[in-house]
Amino acid sequence: MRLSTPIALAAMGGVFSERSGVFNIGLEGMMLFGALAAVMGSHYLGGPWMGLLGAMLVGGAIGLLLAYVSVGLGANQIVSGVGINLLALGMTTFVARMVLRPAGVEQVPAFQIVAVPYLARVPLLGPVVFTQTPLVFITLLLAPALALFLFTTPWGLAVRATGELPRAADTAGIHVSLVRYFGVIASGVLAGMGGAFLSLGQLNLFSENMTAGRGFIALAAVIFGKWHPLGALGASFLFGAAEALQLFIQTYNLGIPYQLPTMLPYVLALVVLGGFVGRSVAPAAAGVHYGREDR
Amino acid sequence: MTPRGPETAPGALPSVDILRMEGITKRFGPVLANDRVTLAVRRGTVHALLGENGAGKTTLMNILFGLHAPDEGRVLLRGRPVEIRSTREAIRRRIGMIHQQFTLVPPLTVAENIVLGLPPRRGVFLDLRRVEREIESLSRAYGLDVDPRLPVWALPVGMQQRVEILKALYRRADLLILDEPTSVLTPAESEALFAIIRRLVAEGHSVVFISHKLEEVMRISDTITVLRHGRVVDTVRTADTTPAELARMMVGRDVVLRLFKGPPRAGGPALEVDDLHAVGDRGLPALRGVTFTVARGEILGIAGVDGNGQAELAEVIAGLRRPTAGRIRIDGRDVATPAGRRAVADRLAYIPADRGRFGVILDFTIAENLALKAFHRPPFSRGPVLDRSRIIDHARALAERFDIRMNSVLQPVRQLSGGNQQKVVLAREMSGEPVLIVAVQPSRGLDVGASEYVLRTILEQRDRGAGVLYISMELDEVLGLSDRVAVLYGGEIMGIVRPGDARLEDISLMMAGSLRTAQTAAPAQ
Ligand SMILES: Nc1ncnc2c1ncn2[C@@H]1O[C@H](COP(=O)(O)OP(=O)(O)OP(=O)(O)O)[C@@H](O)[C@H]1O
Ligand SMILES: [Mg+2]
Repeated sequence: MRLSTPIALAAMGGVFSERSGVFNIGLEGMMLFGALAAVMGSHYLGGPWMGLLGAMLVGGAIGLLLAYVSVGLGANQIVSGVGINLLALGMTTFVARMVLRPAGVEQVPAFQIVAVPYLARVPLLGPVVFTQTPLVFITLLLAPALALFLFTTPWGLAVRATGELPRAADTAGIHVSLVRYFGVIASGVLAGMGGAFLSLGQLNLFSENMTAGRGFIALAAVIFGKWHPLGALGASFLFGAAEALQLFIQTYNLGIPYQLPTMLPYVLALVVLGGFVGRSVAPAAAGVHYGREDR
Repeated sequence: MTPRGPETAPGALPSVDILRMEGITKRFGPVLANDRVTLAVRRGTVHALLGENGAGKTTLMNILFGLHAPDEGRVLLRGRPVEIRSTREAIRRRIGMIHQQFTLVPPLTVAENIVLGLPPRRGVFLDLRRVEREIESLSRAYGLDVDPRLPVWALPVGMQQRVEILKALYRRADLLILDEPTSVLTPAESEALFAIIRRLVAEGHSVVFISHKLEEVMRISDTITVLRHGRVVDTVRTADTTPAELARMMVGRDVVLRLFKGPPRAGGPALEVDDLHAVGDRGLPALRGVTFTVARGEILGIAGVDGNGQAELAEVIAGLRRPTAGRIRIDGRDVATPAGRRAVADRLAYIPADRGRFGVILDFTIAENLALKAFHRPPFSRGPVLDRSRIIDHARALAERFDIRMNSVLQPVRQLSGGNQQKVVLAREMSGEPVLIVAVQPSRGLDVGASEYVLRTILEQRDRGAGVLYISMELDEVLGLSDRVAVLYGGEIMGIVRPGDARLEDISLMMAGSLRTAQTAAPAQ
C-alpha cells in the first residue's frame, strides 16, 4: 500500500496526459522535482501540507514546461520527456547539495500516520489498509474521482477524443492544444504528489535520485491499467507488492544476493509490458503532434 | 428550430443568401488553393460545388468552417459579415460540416461523439442517458435510424455518415456542408442520403454539396458552382445545364463520358480461385466457396451490394487476409505459401478500397510512395543504397502521366487533395506490367477527367494482356467496363454472365440473392 501510492499517483498522471494524446516519459523527472519541492516546502513553509502544495505546484510547472515544448512547439514527445528527466536529476541533485545540505536540512516534518476511526480496528485488514498517511487515502479517493471525470463529464470526453482523433475533437469545436496542456499539467501535478509521498510519506528526507525508476514503473502501470485511472491504481498495487516482496527478501536475508530481488519490480514491469501490451490498445493519437494546417 | 433574429422576423425582407463568400484567396506555400472565389448560397437550396481533384473545394469549405484562415476575402452569413476563426465559432453560427475524411472517434459511442465539445447537461455531468433519448427522437424526426448507444467503429460507413449529419443537426446547424458524401456510399445508401437532404431542405436548411458524380449533382442540386485551379469558372442553375457542359467547365476541354472498348482477347488464366472460404472482421463467414477464373486480357467485374464479401475477396487475393479453405493461383502459381506470394508480388497490382489506410503512407513523400513497391531493387537502389535521383525522376514522370496535382514530388502525400492521394496509388500500381490487377472502386473520389483516365488505363492494361478483377458497388460501372460479371451475394457467386447477354432484372435478382444461374459464361475465345 505504502509502496504503491507514489507509483499510483504518477500512473494516474500518465493516464491523463496519454488520454489527451501526449506520452509523458517525464513522469520520473516530475516525481523527482515533486519529492524535492515537498521537502523544501515542508521545511521552509511549515509542515507537510505546504510541502505537498509545493510539490503539486512544481510538478504542474514542470508539466507546463513539457506541454510548452511538446504541444506548443511541437517537439518530439519522447525526446522532451527524456529532457525533463535529465533536467530533474541534475537540478534536484544540485539544489539538494547547494541548498539543503549547507542549511543542514535533513529530516523534515512529514505526514503522520492516521487511522480511520472504526475501520482501523477491523482485524487483519484494519492495520494494513486503514492505518496510513493521509496521502494514501487521498490517492484512493482520487482514482474513482478521476475515473468519473474522464468518463462522465464533457471535459473528460474532450480529453479522450483529443487523444484518439484530434482532428475530430477540433472539428467539434474543442481546442486541442488547450486540452493537451491541461492533460500534461495535470499529470505533472499528480506525479509531483507522488514525489511528495516518497519524500514526506516514507523517509521524511530527500535523497538524490530517490525515485529510482518509479516514474517508469508508473508508465508500465498506465499500460497495464489500460489507460484507466482505476486500472492504473490496481496495476500500481501489483508493482507495489513486488517491491514489498523484494524488501522482504532483503531484510530477511535469505541468502540471495540483494541485487536479484531488487530487480523484481522492474522485471515484472518488463514481463507485463511484453505480455500485455498487445492486448491493450493505447489512445490512437498518443505521441502524435497535431497541427491543423497540415491535415 | 425556432426562428429568431431580424432576418426571419415577420414582415422583414429575408435576406435570400444564407451565405456569401467574397473574393476568398488562400495559399499553401506556392499553391494557390483558392483564388478570389465568390460563392453565394440561397437559403433553403442545395448548392453543388464541382471541380477537378485539387480545384480547391475542400479548402474553401474548410475556410468557412474555421479550419483555415483565408489570406484575403470576407464571409457574410445571413447578410452579416463574420470572421470565423475557429470551428467552435462556426458551430455557434449554425454551420455543420461533414468532412471527406470522417471525424468520428471510433472507440466512442454515437452519443459521445455527438455531444463531444458541448457543455454539460446535468451539473458537471454529460448525462448520456438524456442525450441518447434526444438523439433517438431527432434521428426519428429525420428518418435517420441510428442507435446512439453503439460504438462508432461497429457501424458501416453509411451509418457513420448519418451520425455525422445527426451531430450537425444536434448542434442546430442550418447550413450543412457535405464534402463528397456519396463517394463512400453504396447506391442504395446514396438514395437514402438524398431523401434526407430533400427533407432537410424542405425544412429550411441549406446545403452545400460536393461531389464528382455529375449525374448526382444534376439530380440533387438547385445551383452549381464550378471551380478550376482555385478559381470560379461559373455558377449556373442546374435546370439550365447538362453533364457534358459541366464536365467541359471542370476540365477545360471535352470529356468522353462513354468509353470505347474493343472486344477482349482472352489468354491463359491470370487468376484461378477455387472453392475459397474466408472469415470477415467480425468472425463471421464472408466467403463461402467462391470459384472463378480471370483470364489474361479480360476484365471480370464483381457486382453486388456492399458487404457481401467483396472486401474480403479482394483482401484474400491480395494476400492481406488468410483464407480458411480453398486455393488461389496467380499466373499459375499457388500463393498459399510465403514463397509463392513473393514470386508473384511484382506481377500483382492492388488498388484497395481504403487507399488512405492501405494504399499510401501519408507521411512519406510522393516520390517515396511511388517507389514503395520496388525500392529495394534496381533501378531504385544500388546495393543497399537508395538512388534518390532515380526515385525522384521516376516520380516526376509518373506524376506527369497521371496528372497528380502537387507542388513537388518531395511533398508528403498527406498534403495532397483527396483525389490526388488516390492518383498516387493508381500511378504506382498501374505503371508496371502486372499480370493481375485487383481494383476495388478505383474511380471513387476521382473527378471525371481522372476517372476517365483510370478506366482507360485499366482497358489498356487489359489489352496488353493483364487480367483484371474489377470490384465495384456501382452496377453501371461494372456493366460498362467488364467483359464478364460475377454477382456476389452472401459470400457466394450467384452466377457469371456477360453484360450484353444478361437481362438487367436478372442481375438485380442475383444481387438480391433470389436468382442463381447454373451456367457460367466462359472467357471469350
Ligand atoms: N494543408 C495543406 N498543405 C499544403 N497544400 C494543401 C493543403 N491543403 C490543400 N492543399 C493543396 O490545395 C489544393 C486544393 O486542395 P483541396 O483539398 O481544396 O482540393 P479539392 O478540390 O477538395 O480536391 P478533391 O476533389 O481531390 O478532394 C491542392 O493542390 C492541395 O494539394
Ligand atoms: Mg476535397
